[in-house]
Parts: sequence; C-alpha cells; structure tokens
Amino acid sequence: MIVTINGAAHEVADGTTVAQAVRTLTTATTGVAVAVNDEVVTRSSWETTALGDRDRVEVLTAVQGG
Amino acid sequence: MDELIIAGEKFSSRLIMGTGGAPSLEVLDQALAASGTELTTVAMRRLDPGARGSVLDVLRRRDIKVLPNTAGCFTAGEAVLTARLAREALGTNWVKLEVISDERTLLPDPIETFDAAERLVADGFVVLPYIGDDPALARRLEQVGCAAVMPLGAPIGSGLGIRNPHNIELIVEAAAVPVILDAGIGTASDAALAMELGCDAVLLATAVTRAQRPELMASAMRAAVAAGRQARQAGRIPRRRYAEASSPTTP
Repeated sequence: MIVTINGAAHEVADGTTVAQAVRTLTTATTGVAVAVNDEVVTRSSWETTALGDRDRVEVLTAVQGG
Repeated sequence: MDELIIAGEKFSSRLIMGTGGAPSLEVLDQALAASGTELTTVAMRRLDPGARGSVLDVLRRRDIKVLPNTAGCFTAGEAVLTARLAREALGTNWVKLEVISDERTLLPDPIETFDAAERLVADGFVVLPYIGDDPALARRLEQVGCAAVMPLGAPIGSGLGIRNPHNIELIVEAAAVPVILDAGIGTASDAALAMELGCDAVLLATAVTRAQRPELMASAMRAAVAAGRQARQAGRIPRRRYAEASSPTTP
C-alpha cells in the first residue's frame, strides 16, 4: 500500500504501524508528534496503530520560530 | 518581587523571546541567555531528518519554558491540530495561538483566532492569542477564557514599533489577564514604551535575532523592559503645554 509521510509517498507493507513510519525519519521518541489524516496519534498508540492505504502521516517537531 | 503571572505560573522576567530568525543555534543560545527570558516560543514543523541540533536542546539546557506557537496556520482547524501536536510533542498545554490572514501582512485573522481560542480553551489549553490591537476582540478573548492577550505593535518582523499606542492603552485598561505586546518591536525604546503603556510583558524575536549583534540587543531589550516597567509603576508626570520651572523663579 501507499502512505504519505511528511508529504512524500512511500510504498509500505500492509500492517505497517505509525511507529514504523516514524522510524523512517527519526529514532527520537521525545519532542516528536504524529498526526494521521489530521488526527493526533498519541505516542503510547504508535506501536499498535496500523496505517491504511493512502493514509497521510505527518511527523512534527519543534523548530525555531516566532 | 514584581512577578509576571500567567495562568498561575510565575516569571521573574517580563521579556518573552521568540526563537525565529537566528542565524545559528549558538547565536540564539547566547541571545537567550543575555535576554534573561524564562519563556520562549517555538514553531511546529515537519521533522527534517537532516537537521543538526534542536532548539529544544538549547531551551532545556537554559531551563527556559517552551511556548509552542501555531505560526503558519490560516484556519482555526489547522491551529487546533497544531496545538494538539505541540502538546503531544512537548508535553505542555500552553499555546501561543497565531492564525494569520495572509502571507503579505501576516496579520492575525480575528474570526479564525476567536474560533480556535474557544475550542482550545474547551480542550484544556492555556491559550495566549496573538491579535491585532483591537480592544473589543481582546475583551472577548478574555471572556472565553484565554490566559493572556497578545496584541501586536506592528506587523511581524516589521520593526515598526507600536503604531497605535492608544489602542494598547485601551486594551490594558480593560484587561484582567496579562497583556503581552507581541510583534513589531524594532529596538529597545519600543519595548520600553510597551511597558510604559502598561503592558505586562513584551514578546519579541526578530528585533534581537536579526540585529547585527543579537546578544547585545537581547541585553538592551532586557534593560528596556525592566526600565519601562519601573517607569510605569513610578507614574510619569503629566504632559504640559508650557514649561514649569523646576528651580525657584524668585532670586
């Protein structure tokens, strides 16, 4: 299936979890937050939340700003 | 002790720094230290695997409380999601609510800001909304439970100072929550004026981070905020049309 991670399309195996998607970008688990299709997925649910085809995953962190 | 209190939390510094615009994390670190700030904004963006160092490490080392903003959001929905992501990533329910209307002016959208403020307060956030210098909107945001109001002095990054001091005074007079002058500060006298007008704190970033010598400007801003606060508390003399001699006029 295809999922979008921070705007880039990725071919991933069925059953891929949010945690696996995050690990394509970083090994950090603090200072990072995830939304799937504009809904927050709390860190405690990353391992147990499976992605679906065409899901949009956003992995955010804090940067310098205003 | 003349402390700034926001949502029950005490700060001895009335200068809130933003972290935007610094040429490097090292320069930012020195400027933050010189400013004496205890509360500092950050933005939420897509994680860049190539990024080296994090602004969060700088803030942690300096023991500065992080205030995530919703910069870049154009709608209430985007701002609410960004605030929730910030809460998840940073473990804070504080948010500087910023919903802009267009890229050219970066002026805050009052309708979307109010909508987002209501939703975030209901969701348990400590909401500090960035708004225009509008006394009516400031009052409405306080009524829905915002922990402070943050009127602009002038557009973000413009360095134009406080364009409508009268409106800032009107906001201050009516507010029971802290008023934080946010955006538009260009130099130290602007920050001092904000405090003289009765603001409880000043939030600035660009004026320091893009100054030729950020650390020195941070130090100037710290002094200006403290001086303006003291002048406000001391009570300035009334303005007069003509001179009033301060020396005896008879020999």
